[in-house]
Amino acid sequence: MNKDILICGTGGQGTVLASKITAAAAMREGSRVHSAETIGMAQRGGSVTSHIRIGDEAFSPLIPCGNADVLLAFEPGEAVRNLKYLKKNGVAVVNTAAVRPVTESLNETGYDGSEQVEYLKRKHDCVFVSSDEVCAPFGSTKFFNIIILGVAAGSGRLGISKEALLAEIEKQVPPKFAETNKKSFLAGFETGEKALK
Amino acid sequence: MKEYVMGNGAIALGALAAGVNLVAGYPGTPSSEIIETVSKYPHEGVHLEWSVNEKAALEVAAAAAYSGARALVTMKQMGLNVASDPLMSAAYVGVKGGLVIVSADDPGPISSQTEQDTRRFADFCRIPVFDPSSPEEAYEMIQDAFEYSEKYSTPVLFRPTTRVCHAYASINVPEKFSPKEYEGFIKDSGRWVIFPRLSYINHGKIEKRNIETGKDFSSYRFNTVEGGETKKAVVTSGVSYAYVKECLKNRNDVKIIKISTAFPFPEDFVLDSLEGVEKALCVEELSPYIEEQILKTAGRHGLDIEVLGKLDGTVPHNGENSVELSAKILNEFLGENKKAEQSDISDSPALPARPPVLCAGCPHRASFYAVKQAMKGRKAFFCGDIGCYTLGNAMPLDMVDTCLCMGAGITMAQGLNHTNDGVCFAFAGDSTFFASGMTGVVNAVYNEADIVLCVLDNSTTAMTGHQPHPGTGRNMAGNFVEKVDIAKVLEGMGVKKILTVNPLNLEESVNAVKECADEKGVKAIIFKSPCIAIAKPSGRCAVDAQKCVNCKKCISETGCPALVAGGGKVTIDRNLCTGCGLCAQVCPVGAIGGEERE
Repeated sequence: MNKDILICGTGGQGTVLASKITAAAAMREGSRVHSAETIGMAQRGGSVTSHIRIGDEAFSPLIPCGNADVLLAFEPGEAVRNLKYLKKNGVAVVNTAAVRPVTESLNETGYDGSEQVEYLKRKHDCVFVSSDEVCAPFGSTKFFNIIILGVAAGSGRLGISKEALLAEIEKQVPPKFAETNKKSFLAGFETGEKALK
Repeated sequence: MKEYVMGNGAIALGALAAGVNLVAGYPGTPSSEIIETVSKYPHEGVHLEWSVNEKAALEVAAAAAYSGARALVTMKQMGLNVASDPLMSAAYVGVKGGLVIVSADDPGPISSQTEQDTRRFADFCRIPVFDPSSPEEAYEMIQDAFEYSEKYSTPVLFRPTTRVCHAYASINVPEKFSPKEYEGFIKDSGRWVIFPRLSYINHGKIEKRNIETGKDFSSYRFNTVEGGETKKAVVTSGVSYAYVKECLKNRNDVKIIKISTAFPFPEDFVLDSLEGVEKALCVEELSPYIEEQILKTAGRHGLDIEVLGKLDGTVPHNGENSVELSAKILNEFLGENKKAEQSDISDSPALPARPPVLCAGCPHRASFYAVKQAMKGRKAFFCGDIGCYTLGNAMPLDMVDTCLCMGAGITMAQGLNHTNDGVCFAFAGDSTFFASGMTGVVNAVYNEADIVLCVLDNSTTAMTGHQPHPGTGRNMAGNFVEKVDIAKVLEGMGVKKILTVNPLNLEESVNAVKECADEKGVKAIIFKSPCIAIAKPSGRCAVDAQKCVNCKKCISETGCPALVAGGGKVTIDRNLCTGCGLCAQVCPVGAIGGEERE
């Protein structure tokens, strides 16, 4: 199997953990995996991306434009920013809740992500989730990275089994948060399955 | 065992597999994780240190290599400038045990001041350089680098770039690492003491050796050629090889020649590979090093070959390469018109910019703000330096007038003082102070400069990922050690006025700055407050909506990302706020208060 998955968001949203779990789960299923992270200055509130490349045909550490099968966007503006990576028939799983940039308080542009969501709807096959809504039962948006991973898996487009992902969640999150994370994942999975129907 | 690691991790594990005995370096993106990886794996018998700077690291390592031990030094490309003094000389003296200097280049640049090319530095020093194209290759190649270093008794450079350093791959590593057994230092002043006569003799030997090494590299396993007999060839190196390969995959109608050892240039290999080739396209990052070597080779051997690359404008000189850029250049080179299957997004709505900013609660913000307030209405110059606090240049703080290189703020403030009227400030972080700030302070005292040195002491090397330094009382061996006290260091160097303040106390800080501004000589203010990423926040602030008049002064003065405008009142993001209280001290109507964290 060859599959390219791009995860994007803003610094602090937990994209790196989602990327690690995805990569490890794919390896658990016997695939060859490469990935690359944004590290350095960009982490301080900036845009962040993780490129995950599954299969033997990947040479570049970064996914070439137009090559990603799945775009996992933790923020609608970032989804649009990284849309160039997505294949024409690829799927985008997008959080509709915007993260306003810090500069917004100094120079207000009125950015709230709604225009971006409308644009994405016109352009691509998308699955939308709102972190505000799906995270409400868990009392914190901290688990959104795992929930959106569940949504992508549930929608059947990630190409990695539910079991492998759950096993890696168990392995990679601190024991005291493992149960909540697994529940978050399953809640996301259900949302993804519904989106499929 | 299989380990899924970053390229930097692969370099670290490769060095351990090669039996490295000593590892030293100074943090710098994209190289920092090499030493951190060594520290996370069992490394009994290996001396590991974050040195005070790159020059110190290389000198420590060189002596280990003189002793027959294997030594690894890590740094980013500009660190090599700092280490260039010992490196140039060590190249003449040579080594006994393997000495490998990793200098990670940063095309883009993504987090650096320069787009310099370590391969050119290797040529300048006349020592071999290895250039891996992937983490897997880096793991193997660093082991080869130690072998070649010992085979030719020379220091060797190892040059990964950001995309290799930060890419992850699975590496097969041994269960256990054993450091090399070595002889120890054997006195031989004719060999280890550099004198003009020795340099003269060794210079001749080195040039002869490099011809031999170049021939040796012609059969090196990572100098490869793919594709059949063709008239067109792409010559490439490092991560650019991965981009070219991604575009061409296993095509047979064009050759891909990969050069992993740019110096000494593997001329025989290149001549063989270019047999029958009429047109060669060089795809490399940073400088057109390989391109120049090919032109030189073609000239010397009278090859009838057209060479395309940076020099004729086919490939851009600046910035990093990518699959997209390579595809465009290859399309032109091969007379094709292949396009990626992507949707047209030229009509996408405007997107918010997300520039990097100082974190909410960062003590640097408070320090800069205090100096700014104290100097309001006065002529003053602010010399910045390298670290998170370079971000003090952003609006609304706008407190960095110059930034050049590590430690330069302290000395540049002196230059401004000698040639301008106005109060001259120098900002230096604690790690920068130890790395290359101290000599500048001595210079200021000795040469009678009137400057105010602001040491922004957050008890860590924050920008590169919170490495310890001499002021933290911890070292990379995991030991608690004597803290080097910055105030005492300054006192010892002859600074007469040294104030230590808490930057989160605005009034105290402003008064300290005012007190220092008008005095003659070198004055130092140590703004001491830990980085919010290492200290657990004790409280947070909240806006009293009854009192807030929505003047937004808190936002327009401090630019703290936890302050949110909109909805007629300012609010504070509870997840971001650390309770530093700067905004509360700025608020003209006393609408911001603090609360304990639960």
